[in-house]
Amino acid sequence: MKDVAFGQYYPVSSFVHKLDPRLKLVFLIAFIVAIFLANNFYGLAACAAVLILTIAFSRVPIWKVLRSVRAVLFLVLFTTALNVLFYGGETVYAHWGIFTITKEGIIFSAFLVLRIMLLVMCSSMLTYTTTPVALTDGLESLLTPLKWIRFPVHALALIMSLALRMIPSLMEETERIKNAQKARGADFESGGLIKRVKAIVPILIPLLLSSFRRADELGEAMESRCYMGDKHRTKYKKLRFSWRDLLAFLLGAALVTGVVLLRVYLGATV
Amino acid sequence: MNAIECKDVCFSYGEEGGFAISHLNFSVEEGEFVAILGHNGSGKSTLARLFNGLLEADAGEVDIFGVKLDEKTLYEARKRVGLVFQNPDNQTVASIVEDDVAFGAENVGLPREEIGQRIRFALSAVGMEEYRSSLVSRLSGGQKQRVAIAGVLALKPSVIVLDESTAMLDPRGRREIMQVVEKLNKEEHITVVLITHFLEEAMMASRAVVMNRGEIVMHGTPKEIFSRHEELLTYNLALPRIGEICKKLQAAGLGVRDTLDIEELAEDIAGELTCAS
Repeated sequence: MKDVAFGQYYPVSSFVHKLDPRLKLVFLIAFIVAIFLANNFYGLAACAAVLILTIAFSRVPIWKVLRSVRAVLFLVLFTTALNVLFYGGETVYAHWGIFTITKEGIIFSAFLVLRIMLLVMCSSMLTYTTTPVALTDGLESLLTPLKWIRFPVHALALIMSLALRMIPSLMEETERIKNAQKARGADFESGGLIKRVKAIVPILIPLLLSSFRRADELGEAMESRCYMGDKHRTKYKKLRFSWRDLLAFLLGAALVTGVVLLRVYLGATV
Repeated sequence: MNAIECKDVCFSYGEEGGFAISHLNFSVEEGEFVAILGHNGSGKSTLARLFNGLLEADAGEVDIFGVKLDEKTLYEARKRVGLVFQNPDNQTVASIVEDDVAFGAENVGLPREEIGQRIRFALSAVGMEEYRSSLVSRLSGGQKQRVAIAGVLALKPSVIVLDESTAMLDPRGRREIMQVVEKLNKEEHITVVLITHFLEEAMMASRAVVMNRGEIVMHGTPKEIFSRHEELLTYNLALPRIGEICKKLQAAGLGVRDTLDIEELAEDIAGELTCAS
């Protein structure tokens, strides 16, 4: 439970870790655009190649990246089942009642599964290799133009970093409450869907209450440490663009161009 | 010079319970190590929040190094008086140790190089240098609390107030924190106000006060206070086991000193036994 994949920084030093967070954010957006532009397996393969390259240069163990898919496993299985059974098409392999398994259905689901997996893995690569502070600094810097229309960029960035910081604490707390309720005879494992959802309520309410208390205490601690919003505030970690970032930028640009070319010249698989 | 001085301070949370702090006069001298003892609800945590303006006194005034605490001096006062809270999980703002320690220094607008130096200073003062780029969530309770102290130290405060900062820790974590606090007082000459309900911890202080219902009801050296253990009981503060043994031995006619230190007690007993034989 403590090893929740999403939002957990993996603390090592690597090429990818050292990249400017702003670039990583832009790179992620480019990557996602590329995934959605890709309409054949060659395009997805290009994306996968770039992802594998990124993982290799990040020193994050591959199993950790693969594990991040677990969070959406249900979604993946569900869409696969649905698509395989209902997609329809010409080359029919099997057919019962309303279900038809076709070649096109299988290809389409494989395509979709790959797409989802690539999406999840590249997003979690961002949080594995970027500390929440760097991530929010990056976001704040990228959103700076919005300050012109008085959008509270600093507050938004701070809220995001605090939320990321609190994930492990809340996970622990949930586990603790769950055990406490189990010790009082609560049953979370049996019964139908509705019964199980109802069983979550005694976990949710204490969790919510304690979150309010936490927020209150955190606010006091921040005020005690002279926090007054972004007035006169300086930053310890300066964002700097280096040769690494240029390289990564070129790679991202090449990927998007490559995928577009593949789309134009090879046509759609699905 | 008085680091903190409370003059006839009153505070109430506006509930029916009356004053949380009532007509309190109390001062802490620069460089001192003072313990504030009291059971739950005695007003000791409220007092801590009055020291750096998290709460504002209803009547009376709080002076920090001779400057009256108000809206205008609040910011300066918070630089000088650092507060360490009870729950280590609820006072770290960043996921990485050094980012968290930097938070306070960033807030007061220091230049980058200075912040770097402050992080190094603060982490070495609490003995956490090697954890500089670790995840806060992977640390033990005692380590997290040391990081919280470092986060306060990064502002180079003259006073550190610890509000039951060891209450949620295991015995080992508690010892770690007490060692750090003692070192800060002796080596960095930081004034320490230790708020606690563990009498053992108060032994380290040069002076102790006991609070009950928002008032100071006892004051003196920690030893003097422990020697009045019946009075302590009326304020819901019990002596630790070792202190109780001490009292029982005294009652039985053995000439042992008031102590909470097991070694000291053993020495005294040994001394008595050799005298007797």
